[in-house]
Parts: sequence; structure tokens; C-alpha cells
Amino acid sequence: MSKKPYKLEARNLNAYYGGFHALKDINIAMEEKAVTAFIGPSGCGKSTFLRTLNRMNDYIDGFRVEGDILLDGRDIYNKDIRVDELRKEVGMVFQKPNPFPKTVFENVVYGLKIQGIKDKKVLAEAAESSLRKTALWEEVKDKMDKSALALSGGQQQRLCIARALAISPSVVLMDEPTSALDPISTAKIEELIYELKNDYTIVIVTHNMQQAGRVSDQTAFFYMGELVEYAKTKTMFTSPKHERTQNYITGRFG
Amino acid sequence: MTNSELNRFKDKAFQGFGIFCTFIGLIVLAIFLINILIDGLGRIDWEFLNNLPSRRAHRAGIYTAWIGTLWILVLSSVVAFPLGIAAGVYLEEYGKKSRIANFLEVNISNLAGVPSIIYGLLGLEIFGRVFGLGGSLLTGALTLALLMLPIIIVTTREAIKAVPRSIRDASFALGASKWQTIWFQVLPASFGGILTGVILALSRAVGEAAPLIVIGALAYVPFAPTSPLDEFTVLPIQIFNWISRPQAAFATNAAAAIIILLLITFILNGIAVYLRNKWQKKVKW
Repeated sequence: MSKKPYKLEARNLNAYYGGFHALKDINIAMEEKAVTAFIGPSGCGKSTFLRTLNRMNDYIDGFRVEGDILLDGRDIYNKDIRVDELRKEVGMVFQKPNPFPKTVFENVVYGLKIQGIKDKKVLAEAAESSLRKTALWEEVKDKMDKSALALSGGQQQRLCIARALAISPSVVLMDEPTSALDPISTAKIEELIYELKNDYTIVIVTHNMQQAGRVSDQTAFFYMGELVEYAKTKTMFTSPKHERTQNYITGRFG
Repeated sequence: MTNSELNRFKDKAFQGFGIFCTFIGLIVLAIFLINILIDGLGRIDWEFLNNLPSRRAHRAGIYTAWIGTLWILVLSSVVAFPLGIAAGVYLEEYGKKSRIANFLEVNISNLAGVPSIIYGLLGLEIFGRVFGLGGSLLTGALTLALLMLPIIIVTTREAIKAVPRSIRDASFALGASKWQTIWFQVLPASFGGILTGVILALSRAVGEAAPLIVIGALAYVPFAPTSPLDEFTVLPIQIFNWISRPQAAFATNAAAAIIILLLITFILNGIAVYLRNKWQKKVKW
């Protein structure tokens, strides 16, 4: 089997919130069209790292980054990179479903509309295909003009995923996407992640060890701002190299 | 008396005191309203609304006054809304940490506490004399717009602050710029709150007499204004004028005009409450 090319790479990455050193010398390379899971206890830096991948931390006062993050070999913190262009390439799904207080349709096409696409047919087609990708189309096709806030939590989260997919990113970042959902909705999202990796590179932060085991190809374990271990998920869960990793995945702390 | 009995007694006593205080306010308001209604309600008819001012009380009407009030409302809104909302957006979204923003913030709070007659003096000097607008509608509207600005800015900021971080995150993550996020998400979501502030500011402005008297609004204006540069009067000034006359018939006129002014204020407040409820139902986080 030929090795897939690296989609995302971090080289000697350090991040600070003011004086707090949040990420320490992170080096990691993530494969294209694979699922990489970030695990670790609260405050270990996994979410911070995820949010550096689409520069969502830019608006936080006092946040700064040193080192490189390469997307397809290009440094995303380079001055020539436009943040809005980067985010079209790297989509994001958040911890709590956060649909806009607008209709289902308006939610899905928001990303396209702000790019200036007005053609109703194009928008409608994009909405349908994104909703099909998240297996939501059949459930909401008669509710396109209803408020997205009327959907269930699980549906809202799939809508948020559909909304991210509508602008055709190549990477989708997920920040604990199921932590606010019930087990059935969680199972649906996990199934979805499994299918989406055929077309997208997925990076998921999760608190749930079993979830990392189920959905990911590679797992990275973070502790106190450091990347302790990064390996194939199977390897990591069966024979972790570091004692700390072993303690964490067996539930001895976290 | 045991300790717990004493506590219970204090509790009851305070409750009673609270009810008493609440009712004092309500009773005073009720007496005032009933009094005004008895005095003035019989005086209100079509002619009263459509007559020009006159020396004879029974022929005097409030036509010029309510037209003037309407003009003032529209003109000062046109000036104060965009300025106030834009300033609120700037302070909340852009200028959060800068020293200038801090300075502005303190001074806007100060402005909200400045007596309205001081605004009148400011308006008289700057708009009336320096800009040469005299005692015109425009001077009055600009002066009242100054009065409304702090209220609009403060409520705009509060409304914007209430829009959760997660909505902004979602918008940014989809590639929206800061301005697009504000325009498409933050402003629509906070619209109900902003509108409430705007209308409250309006209903304050509609009752002001002092600053307008200072800039030279007249009680006797023989014709209704037809352009922003015309002389004008407004309901509060008309009321003030009538009240200060010795004849009892003018007091009746004043009571009738007060009813009309209260009606306008109540309608504005009613709209504010309606819009707030409507938007709060629509936007739930």
C-alpha cells in the first residue's frame, strides 16, 4: 500500500495565551483522507491546537503562534494567506451545535452566500447535496424554510456539518462534536465521520476514548501542552509506548 | 421572641414595606392619570387636533405642536439611529481594548447623565449659531439626537453582547469576514434589543421641552412647519405654555395635550415591548 501524502503538518509549533505556554514544540503530520483524533485531559492543548489549524484563535487577545503549520505544504500563518480563504479550505464543527437562528436552508447556504453566490439553483443544489452527505436530507427536505433551532440536537449538529461541507473544504475540524448529544445521535455522527473520510481529511478532538478508537485512523495524545504520543489508533490503544498514554487510555487519570 | 420568630417577623415586615413602596408609585401615577383624563378628555376632538394655536382657549388646537413633534421624531431618528448603532458596534466589536475606546466609553456614560438643558445650550451654540440653523426644526432635531445617542449606544452594546460567541465562531469558521459576521449574524440577532433601545430613546426625546426652549423653539407658531429649516413648536412646549397662563380654559387644553403626548409615549413603548417579545421568541440560544 502506497503511503498517502500528508495533508496537514505542524513543525516546531508553539502557542501562547499571553504568558501561558499552551502548546510546546508540536511536530505532527496528518494524512490526507484519514481521521486523526486528538485525545488528552482537559486543558492539555488539544482544542487550542485544533483551532490553530484554521486560525480560529486569531481573534483572541494575546494569543500568538510560533513555528509552522503547513496545509498542502503551504504555511497557513504566512502573511500572504487570507484567513477567509483558509477557512473555506478548512471547515470546522463545534462542541455545541451552533446553527444560526435562521432557516435550515439559510444555514446550509450561508458559506456560499457570503462568497457572493446568489443563483438560487446553485444554492438549492448545494444545499441538497450537502444535506445528503450528512444523511439529513430526508429528514429536513420539507422543513427547509423552518427555523434550524426547531431541529433536534443531533439534527442540528449534522446541519452544522452539512453547512461546513457546503463550501467544499478539504479538511474538516471537529471539536468534540458529540459531547452535547445523546448516544443515538452520537452513533449517527460517528457513522458519518466514517463515510466522510472518503472525501475529506478529518481532525477530531474527543474526550471519549471509545470514540477515538472507533472513528480514527491515527491518534495523538496531548498532555500539558505537549504531544506525548502519536501513532496508529490500533497501535496506541493496544500497546502505547508511554506510561502516561497508557494511564490515560485505561482511565487512570483524565 | 425567639430568634427564628424575629427573623420571620423581619421578613414579613420587609415584604410589607416593599408592597407599600410599590403602591405609592402606582397610586401617584393613577391619581395623575385620572386627574388628567377628567380634566382633558372632554376637550379632545377632531378640531383640537386640527386647529392652529389661538389666544382664545376654546379655538386653540395642537395641530402645529403635534406636527412639530412628528418632524422632530423623524429627523432626530434619522440622525441618531445610524450614528448610535454604528458607534455601539464599533465599541463592542472593534475598539474593545484600545485606550481611545476606554476614553469614549467613560464619556458616553457621562453623557447619559448630563441634564437635558445643557444639551440645549450646546445645540443653541453649535447648531443654532455656529452652523447658523437658528431656532429651526433641524437645530431641535440635532440637539435631541445628541440626547438620544448615549441611550442608543448603550442598548446597542448590550444587545450585541448578548449574541453568543458560538454564532460568531460559526460564521468565522465558514470564511466570513468580521464585517459579514456583524452584518449577517450579529445585527439581525440583536435587532430586537437594539430596536427597544432606539424606541426608548425616542420616547424620552418626545417628552423633552427644556433643550428645545433653550434653542428657541416657540410656543406660538402660526403655521405647521413644511421643511426642516422652519420654526417649530412641539407638544411639551405647547403644554408648558398653556399651563403657565392664568385662564382655566388653557389648563384644560394643557390636560388634553398631555393626554395626546402620553398616548404617543405609550404607543412607542408598546411597540418596543411588542418587538422585544417578538424577537425574543424567534431567537433562542
